[in-house]
Amino acid sequence: MSPTSTTATTATTPAGGAPDLDRAEVGTVVRVSGPVLEVAGLHAARLYDVVRVGAQSLPGEVIRLDGGVATVQVFEDTSGLRAGDPVVGTGAPLTIELGPGLLGTVFDGTQRPLAALGAEHGIYIPRGADQPGLDRGRTWDFVPSVAVGDRVEAGDELGTVQETAALRHRVLVPPDIRGVVEHVRSGPRRVDEVVARVAGHDVQMLQRWPIRRPRPVRGQQPLSRPLLTGQRVLDGLFPIALGGAGIIPGGFGTGKTVLEQAIAKHAEADVVVYVGCGERGNELTEVLEEFPQLADPRTGRPLMERTVLVANTSNMPVAAREASVYLGITMAEYYRDQGLHAVLLADSTSRWGEALREVSGRLGEIPAEDGYPAYLATRLAAFYERAGLVDSLGSTPRQGSVTVVGAVSPAGGDFSEPVTQNSLRVAGCFWALDASLARARHFPSINWTRSYTTYRLGEWFDEHVAEDWSRLSAWAVRTLQEEGSLLEVVSLLGVEAVAAPQRVTLRVGRMLREDYLQQNSFDPLDASCPPRKQVAMLRLVKAAEAAMTAAVESGRPVADVVAHPVLRTIAGARGWPADETLERHLEEAAATVRAALTTAPTTKEELR
Amino acid sequence: MTPTDAPNITARARGAVAAAPVGILPTIEMRDVRRVAGPLLVVEGADNLAFGDVVTVVTDDGSERDGQVLEVDRTRAVVQVLGGTEGMGQANVAVRARFRAAVTGVGTDVLGRVLDGAGRPRDGRPDPTAEAYRPVNGLPLNPVARIHPDQFIETGFSAIDGLNTLVRGQKLPVFTAAGLPAAEVAARIATQARVPGETDEVVVVFAAMGVTRREADFFRDQFTASASGHRNVLLLNLADDPTIERLLTPRVALTLAEYLAFEKHLHVLTILTDVTAYCEALREIAAAREEMPGRRGYPGYMYTDLASLFERAGRVHGSTGSLTQLSLLTMPDGDITHPVPDLTGYITEGQVVLSRDMAGRGIDPPFDVLPSLSRLMNAGVGVGRTRADHRGLADQLYACYARGVEVRRLVSIVGESGLTAEDRRYLAFARRFEEEFVGQGEARRTITQTLDLGWELLGDFEPDELGRVGAEHIARHHRPTATTATAARSQS
Ligand SMILES: Nc1ncnc2c1ncn2[C@@H]1O[C@H](COP(=O)(O)OP(=O)(O)O)[C@@H](O)[C@H]1O
Ligand SMILES: [Mg+2]
Repeated sequence: MSPTSTTATTATTPAGGAPDLDRAEVGTVVRVSGPVLEVAGLHAARLYDVVRVGAQSLPGEVIRLDGGVATVQVFEDTSGLRAGDPVVGTGAPLTIELGPGLLGTVFDGTQRPLAALGAEHGIYIPRGADQPGLDRGRTWDFVPSVAVGDRVEAGDELGTVQETAALRHRVLVPPDIRGVVEHVRSGPRRVDEVVARVAGHDVQMLQRWPIRRPRPVRGQQPLSRPLLTGQRVLDGLFPIALGGAGIIPGGFGTGKTVLEQAIAKHAEADVVVYVGCGERGNELTEVLEEFPQLADPRTGRPLMERTVLVANTSNMPVAAREASVYLGITMAEYYRDQGLHAVLLADSTSRWGEALREVSGRLGEIPAEDGYPAYLATRLAAFYERAGLVDSLGSTPRQGSVTVVGAVSPAGGDFSEPVTQNSLRVAGCFWALDASLARARHFPSINWTRSYTTYRLGEWFDEHVAEDWSRLSAWAVRTLQEEGSLLEVVSLLGVEAVAAPQRVTLRVGRMLREDYLQQNSFDPLDASCPPRKQVAMLRLVKAAEAAMTAAVESGRPVADVVAHPVLRTIAGARGWPADETLERHLEEAAATVRAALTTAPTTKEELR
Repeated sequence: MTPTDAPNITARARGAVAAAPVGILPTIEMRDVRRVAGPLLVVEGADNLAFGDVVTVVTDDGSERDGQVLEVDRTRAVVQVLGGTEGMGQANVAVRARFRAAVTGVGTDVLGRVLDGAGRPRDGRPDPTAEAYRPVNGLPLNPVARIHPDQFIETGFSAIDGLNTLVRGQKLPVFTAAGLPAAEVAARIATQARVPGETDEVVVVFAAMGVTRREADFFRDQFTASASGHRNVLLLNLADDPTIERLLTPRVALTLAEYLAFEKHLHVLTILTDVTAYCEALREIAAAREEMPGRRGYPGYMYTDLASLFERAGRVHGSTGSLTQLSLLTMPDGDITHPVPDLTGYITEGQVVLSRDMAGRGIDPPFDVLPSLSRLMNAGVGVGRTRADHRGLADQLYACYARGVEVRRLVSIVGESGLTAEDRRYLAFARRFEEEFVGQGEARRTITQTLDLGWELLGDFEPDELGRVGAEHIARHHRPTATTATAARSQS
């Protein structure tokens, strides 16, 4: 189904992914190889139907149907399964629960809430443990927005609940329902209680959706606004559009996770869904411990209140890795449909790709490049295509968005590998991390010559932040490029071989790199930098360039000018508060630089 | 041994897959062996075997070997034979079902012992008492149950404590190259590491995979013959022991370690060596199974497999213990992009790198700090842990050193003549940093000594060149060495 289609339902598959009881049946295991099973006797099964395997009822998914044999990937460890074990076909695809109570929760790849699992089972996650995604014990104060007799469309607001102090959660008419409101109830309700009846359908706050299917929308909007991230190198040089998609490829230790987490903390979004896919458990624990203590930049509320975490760590079952990214994006779409701006962060998409490769290998499929299956490209494309700025369904459409940022972990840090290359084709931003920058502790280690953005957002910045934004940004990129070429000359011939104006460029390039591009995520003052401050910092570097050029032209030796200690004060701009004092700070700092460079050197110290 | 006597062996841990009083299977013997290849054996009529089952493979001469089911396909099972299939043929073997999962006996009685790669005694003493049995594969820790590690461990090495701080519950491997003193570094960390202000003793669970006899002797000396020997346990899978047992060794070790850390509240340091030998065993088995090889022949699931080992570290709610992992990994040909170090680096919480280049320049121990990293450093340093100036100082040392190394690279191309006075100071700093800060020799340094030395080296720079450290720290710790500054000036 195309994402712009407004009819969500097909005759045979209920849109909410409810089990099709006619297709429920029992088959038997014939082969077990790691997470992959072959099952005989599932005649009515369809691709991606959920099955339950063995005595422990382990969940799995049909991934191939071939001549009476269904191939199933199991979302849990398959030890102890044998030929002859029963497999129940549920007749439904993998669906998740949507409704109030997602925010602030941490789920595993198949939407089991990990806190609830921990309370029941202790420090380890046992096999076959079952927990519904949404808490049935909790009630929400439902405030209806419609009255009996109203005619409603799919996507219309039925009512609201206050999900967090800052977020009013809209309960919408499910995508396959329209008609007259026959019944509506206000007051505290559990998610699985009926709050309204529309054209004969009972509607609960809890709604189900199959994770592999994009949720329908009315239409897509052009991407002309940025998602502000508070990261200078992103917003200033390679901004991402609201509703856009970006990738962060980088070898290990280059800063993918820190950057993903920085975006999670500082992005101007209503909802953040953070998917830890095949990565470290401690990284999720860190988020869990830290986010409740940090403030949401927009609401001042604890950051955890706008965050949903999905944790499929590297030691959890491989098949659930794929589910985890789809789970994440479906939850993001759900909030998007309420007219909110959601960001999906996936760390790392490569682990998902590798899970596809592992399962494909066990299926004996003919591998394409590097052992990955040939359908890797389509899968990645379909996933990134779920990003967008959209008009929602409903008689009064709302605008919402899902912005996707995926980390990529290329083997050996070599970007020519398939996951990077195929993601690159569908993502608008390419934020290439660089191991040599990371080793020199230049963070974020985004390589400014390799990275790019295809979103044209200059106009928005010029209009909403500063009229010289695009010019400053273009100047910074150009200067860095010139510096790069000049450095090559220097490394071959020495700095003496470079003319005076170019030595100024070299110094400006270094200022841009050290004082502007570098941003310490662990320094509370520097971790986030709003656009106004970014502009002030760039203007200061530009002012320094002008002052240096003037000094050189007035006959001061270039070696003295570029080594002048006053230039080292520019880094201080990182500590400026991002408030109304910015202008004053900028003027003072620029004046100091100008004064120091135009007056004749007085002390020996200054000459050094 | 027959399965029925298993319940009586609670006092005996006959090794990982052997002594399991749980999940016992009915005695069924399967004789229809269809294929023997490498460590694998395909047996027909195995309807009752499940994926992961533990079996005994018996040869006609009466010898027994343990095995595990890797795949079941209708009535056939593929069995991986621990100990290898040497001397086995289609006609002379029988496969006996044993247990539903590979488990190992765990308990504090293992401390002070030397075991083999499967957890059986190797010191001629009786089996250690098993307090409980645990599946060797373990279960994933719930991220909600974890406590983010933040307790500083002082190893005594400036390159680690000062720049790549280790914390309790971290997994931090040492990447080394053939011929470098990685084992010595690991042994020194194991014996001299302490948490300032605490007297809790550390228990070392040491697992050697595919090591030579000489290396094994070294480790035995270090970990069991020493004064603290009664607190340590050694698992030795030697280079000439069955390859396949190598896959079991770290799992048995980590199962023991998890038990001691999370149930017995001990501070456990697990040292696995050598990860590369382990990965080669994995590759060998994958090849025997005729699996699709991935990069350099290693199987595509190696990331997941390694993660299932390395993620078994940390701290958890409800336990005062911790499990810290310090594995040794020999980078083939010193290449950090080789699949083994590459995948490991993607999983572990940083890496400490030793390089031949450093060793060649006489830096001892030869830590290569630029590619080294501790991802948990931020949580473990600062006020109340080490010192307020620690993070900034480390960043500054890195920045200055990186620049010094860059200048050194330029010098190698254009010579020293084109250098500015500033360049020269960075060049001089890089040399002193390597020789004095990194190359500490046999000395053990406290964190205060390490940090103070860092500041001393930064004395060659003016305060305004130290952009990474806060003004208050500069005021407190920075002592410019006037002589160097003057010298640099007079050259310009
Ligand atoms: N923006 C940043 N500011 C400061 N340090 C950073 C930054 N980005 C990365 N780092 C450092 O690099 C280390 C590795 O980063 P991480 O995001 O975990 O790498 P990756 O996910 O690519 O393996 C971090 O532990 C941190 O020390
Ligand atoms: Mg990461």
